Amino acid sequence: MKLKSVLTSLSLATAMGLALAGMARAEQVAIMCGSVGADQDQCKKGVQAWEKLTGNTVKIVSIPASTTDVLAFYQQGLAAGSGDVDIYQLDVIWPGIIGKYFIDLKPFSKGAEKDHFPAIVANNTVGGKLTAMPWFTDAGLLFYRKDLLDKYKLKAPTTWAEMAADAKTIQDGERKAGDAKFQGFVFQGKAYEGLTCDALEWLDSFGGGHIVNKAGKITVENAKAEAAITEAASWIGKIAPEGVLNYGEEDARGVFQSGEAAFMRNWPYAWSLGNGKDSKIAGKIGVEALPMGPGGKHTGTLGGWQLGVSKFSKHQAAAASLVMYLTSQAEEKRRAIEGSYNPTIPALYKDADVLKANPFMGTLISTFTNAVARPSLTTGAKYAEVSNDFWNAVHDVLSGKSNAKTAMASLHAQLKKVRGPGWDK
Amino acid sequence: MAAAQSELTRARARSAWLFLAPMLVVLALTAAWPLARTIFFSFTDDKLGDASYHFVGFDNYFVQGDGYTDGILADPLWLSAVWHTVWFAVVSVALETALGLVVALVLNSDFRGRALVRTAILVPWAIPTVVSSKMWAWMLNDQLGIVNDMLQRAHLISGPVAWTANPSVSMISVIFVDVWKTTPFMALMILAALQLLPTDCYEAGRIDGVSPVKMFFKVTLPLIWPALIVAIVFRALDALRVFDLIYLLTSGSNDTISMSVYAQQQLVQFQKVGVGSAASTLLFIVLAIFTAGTLLLTRSKNAEA
Repeated sequence: MKLKSVLTSLSLATAMGLALAGMARAEQVAIMCGSVGADQDQCKKGVQAWEKLTGNTVKIVSIPASTTDVLAFYQQGLAAGSGDVDIYQLDVIWPGIIGKYFIDLKPFSKGAEKDHFPAIVANNTVGGKLTAMPWFTDAGLLFYRKDLLDKYKLKAPTTWAEMAADAKTIQDGERKAGDAKFQGFVFQGKAYEGLTCDALEWLDSFGGGHIVNKAGKITVENAKAEAAITEAASWIGKIAPEGVLNYGEEDARGVFQSGEAAFMRNWPYAWSLGNGKDSKIAGKIGVEALPMGPGGKHTGTLGGWQLGVSKFSKHQAAAASLVMYLTSQAEEKRRAIEGSYNPTIPALYKDADVLKANPFMGTLISTFTNAVARPSLTTGAKYAEVSNDFWNAVHDVLSGKSNAKTAMASLHAQLKKVRGPGWDK
Repeated sequence: MAAAQSELTRARARSAWLFLAPMLVVLALTAAWPLARTIFFSFTDDKLGDASYHFVGFDNYFVQGDGYTDGILADPLWLSAVWHTVWFAVVSVALETALGLVVALVLNSDFRGRALVRTAILVPWAIPTVVSSKMWAWMLNDQLGIVNDMLQRAHLISGPVAWTANPSVSMISVIFVDVWKTTPFMALMILAALQLLPTDCYEAGRIDGVSPVKMFFKVTLPLIWPALIVAIVFRALDALRVFDLIYLLTSGSNDTISMSVYAQQQLVQFQKVGVGSAASTLLFIVLAIFTAGTLLLTRSKNAEA
């Protein structure tokens, strides 16, 4: 009798639940949003607009600042088949690694992906499946203090050697003027994915290859790559603080934005924050393509983030609708103007409002379209190990524990071990 | 006479097992089963997100082919992780024990506001490690940190020191923060032992004119020794598993990698469940040997006494 009453009340509750669901189809979706710079604020703004439009509600889950931590965090949840989060923010290097956990967005995009950079769409397409929509793109840039270059009558540098000389001049001058903490150059030197990005730029700007080439050959042991890393190691303690060996993006921005550095390597997001109301250097920032090595070229590592819908999501249609809204031209334009997030839609690079807020987007468009990709597509699931070995080898050289020649030789041997019989085996 | 157990004794044994059963079941589910799974996976080539796996014997631990050796035990990174961890555990536990003893002796004496000081000293221990690591990371920041600022104002250092980035000082920073955090725990354990000491030995010693230093080494220390050993074993087991402090405070380079960080890297970052499980199993073996060794040593010491 007791069991019967329990069953009755259960079925009643279910019936009521069904009725309610039928009446209001509002759903709650959860989205993972980054926590670097203005990521959370800008994500919230976009999400709120969609909530108002559709009547659905969204829960924002924040993710760690370091991409290395985020990937590990995602993989644990996804391997366990967790459906708690519907939308994942994906780094440009991840579709090859965790793309299989995401649904094909083509049925929902209705061809909208054709408005985005084809290279990024191709990157996000794994086995014919559009695993994620491009949200914003990134390339490493050189930020500099216009006012200080003027003060010391210098021109924006085009080679690393010029940059180092200018940084030294400004650092010496500012320190003599009483600012003992002033630094010439800050970048991302912590042993994590960010260092792989920075160091790949050094390699590429010297013509030293991309760690592993498209055919899967390990190319890291060459004179140009060694020269590039040796040059970078010469900055530590001279124009860059020793502490840079533990700096991520936000640590570098902290030093630069408090007016304590002449040059900084960072992603475009630092532009709008650096020009924000609470910034000490608002209006004094210049941006240009990263310097080049002798006989090399200007380059920047391809970064950027995508939005994908988990195949374990219980609200796939609603989640896909939010993804399509966040990656729409209007929303990417708003984010470009308010947060200097680089749009993934080429048309927006000719948009007057976008260019007014971010003049560099117009002048540096070739840097963004020709950014150098990390070897994640070639090395697939083994990329995490390749990158880890690479950043540790570079970190050893920067900290003076090893020299570039020895480090690259042992990195080559290590990568051969990681590759084993083949990158996909 | 012992051969024929009475019905009562048997009934008692039965009910004892009955009462123990829930705890044993919980222990088997939460400790024995995961441990067995970890050891099981350490003999496979399992990868996260890939359901199939094969048995590879001891390959994850050590394998020798023609002209190459592989496996964790042949990985120089694992060996340096073991070295870092042992170095960290020995130095930090030694410092924490010495400082904890001093703090406990001070707190054991009578003075006004003793209760307040006792509570205040526990604060570092009460803060979650993640929070205190982040806090110290900011204070130790080379450019914006307060530690460099204070040391420079006091003219103790000429330029800012990169406490968490420079490989030669980052381990010292890690040990320093750990000592700051865990000394209160040691002090509390030792204080509890001190408060249980009988007063008559001290009275007798005072009448005989024993110096306070001699009193400490001949009376106090032997009496609190069992409690001290328990506290040291607890701390050492914790220290050998160190993960969060190193992961959050340092640059993540191989210069400060610990055994747990190595296992996490293989298991989570590289998705190699097999190799990661093997590293975890090795960590477990190190802990088991350490614990057994300490128990044996203290048992023989107790038997002597």
